[in-house]
Amino acid sequence: MEPLSCDALGTRAVNHQLRALPAGSAAHVLHPRGRHNLAVGLSSQISVTIDGNAGYFLGGLSGASDGTGPDIVVNGFVGWSVGENLMGGSVRVHGSASQSAGSSARGGRIVIEGDASLRAGISLKGATLAIGGDAGAMSGFMAQSGLILIGGDAGHGLGDSLYEAVIYVAGSIASLGSDAVVEEMTDDDMLVVKELVEETGFDHIDPSGVTKVTSARQLYHFSTHNHGAY
Amino acid sequence: MCGVVGLLLRDRSLDPRLGSMLVSMIQALDERGPDSSGIAVYSDHDGAGSLRQRRLRISLGSDDPVDWDGVQGMLAAKYGSDVDVEAFGAGTVVVTPEDLEKEVQALIAVTWPNVRVLATGRNLTVLKDTGRPSDTCTRYGVAAWEGYLAVAHTRMATESAVTVLHSHPFVPSRDLCVVHNGSFSNYATVRRQLIADGVQFDSDNDSEVAARYLAQRLSAGDDLEEATRWVMKEMDGFFTLVISTADEMSVVRDAIACKPGVVAVADGYVAVASEYRALAELPGIATAEIFEPQPEEVYTWSR
Repeated sequence: MEPLSCDALGTRAVNHQLRALPAGSAAHVLHPRGRHNLAVGLSSQISVTIDGNAGYFLGGLSGASDGTGPDIVVNGFVGWSVGENLMGGSVRVHGSASQSAGSSARGGRIVIEGDASLRAGISLKGATLAIGGDAGAMSGFMAQSGLILIGGDAGHGLGDSLYEAVIYVAGSIASLGSDAVVEEMTDDDMLVVKELVEETGFDHIDPSGVTKVTSARQLYHFSTHNHGAY
Repeated sequence: MCGVVGLLLRDRSLDPRLGSMLVSMIQALDERGPDSSGIAVYSDHDGAGSLRQRRLRISLGSDDPVDWDGVQGMLAAKYGSDVDVEAFGAGTVVVTPEDLEKEVQALIAVTWPNVRVLATGRNLTVLKDTGRPSDTCTRYGVAAWEGYLAVAHTRMATESAVTVLHSHPFVPSRDLCVVHNGSFSNYATVRRQLIADGVQFDSDNDSEVAARYLAQRLSAGDDLEEATRWVMKEMDGFFTLVISTADEMSVVRDAIACKPGVVAVADGYVAVASEYRALAELPGIATAEIFEPQPEEVYTWSR
């Protein structure tokens, strides 16, 4: 199809045209200029390329509950909450991502080749978030399930109030958040990381040097007894 | 939500383009702050430098209808060519020799009690108005303004009323501007302390408290970075602040970076905005260094 230019089309028009495409189609979105809400709510298995820097919620709410969905590539950087509430499919960002990358994403895979800012993977609910570079402070906050791979360094408060999501960090960890602990890597963990490294192409990550962070499971239920830990 | 903007030109050949660059930034942040807006522009290239340096610009505004022709006429009749008076934005700007500042302000205060001083500065002029910021830019021809530094604000009020006097930037002392996206929770406490120290306020706006506290620290001898650190230490809340003096521009975000901010260091200028959208139309943005200010780190750029 003809490329969709954000200079000529409003955000709703772009998204309506993307949603109308049959599975297997490929679409290009041009001149995004930081615009928000592009390629949101796409359910079919199409491929979408965004040529330029996008704004907030890129690809959000896309995909189906069976984990299928669009494959979205951004040739640029993205704003807050890329892939927010993603259900399936994938989002790959060839640049960096601002805050809350992959927030509340339930399925699919979000790949950030550069750095991710604060609160990456906040409240993650089952998706995979792979960050090639560094992740900002408070990443993995209250993440419930799913997997976060950080190829660079993690900022302060990593995995604060973590539930059952698992975080793998290749670089250093500035500090762990409340109720987050470093756990021994098992052979299974190594397999998972190795496969993800291969699939993302993040070959700067050595799976044998990765640190695993999980929940200490002390703060699952609020208790005034734990007040000091919050 | 609110939008903050800062634009510092280092390549002086860009000065004639300041207004058009600024308008592209403000328009992109229209929906972050549709209630009202304010624009501060610093300029020093009209007239002889030596004369200008001894003269002070007083930006006037009001929340009530004002007979601005009457204000201008009265000042022209009394001071003749000593004082220049011109319509500016929704108000008027008075350019006066510094030694007449207090007299001129007192005369205005007595004759037009509804008129307030929005800003004073050697290089600074400030416009504030309610309504869509992009409409305000069109109405007052902001795209044609020239200068070397500007800060602007698009406001979505949460803590106090939508009026001209509640609009940012706040200018607590000569050539010092503060615009704020966020909210302060302990501003009433800090405000009481400042009032006890003799500081006067123009509004009950929370951001004005931060601005006046910053000015108090600066007048006590802090440099801009130290004073900004005191604001972070004493004021509790969420903020991305853009601060300007006649020579510098700073940006700082709260400890958890609750409010957005993006910086572009480009060939010839430094631009700060709430969102990248506001930077996207600037010249040479594709090759600029673009980054987000880290929490509690004070970034300052000089001319």
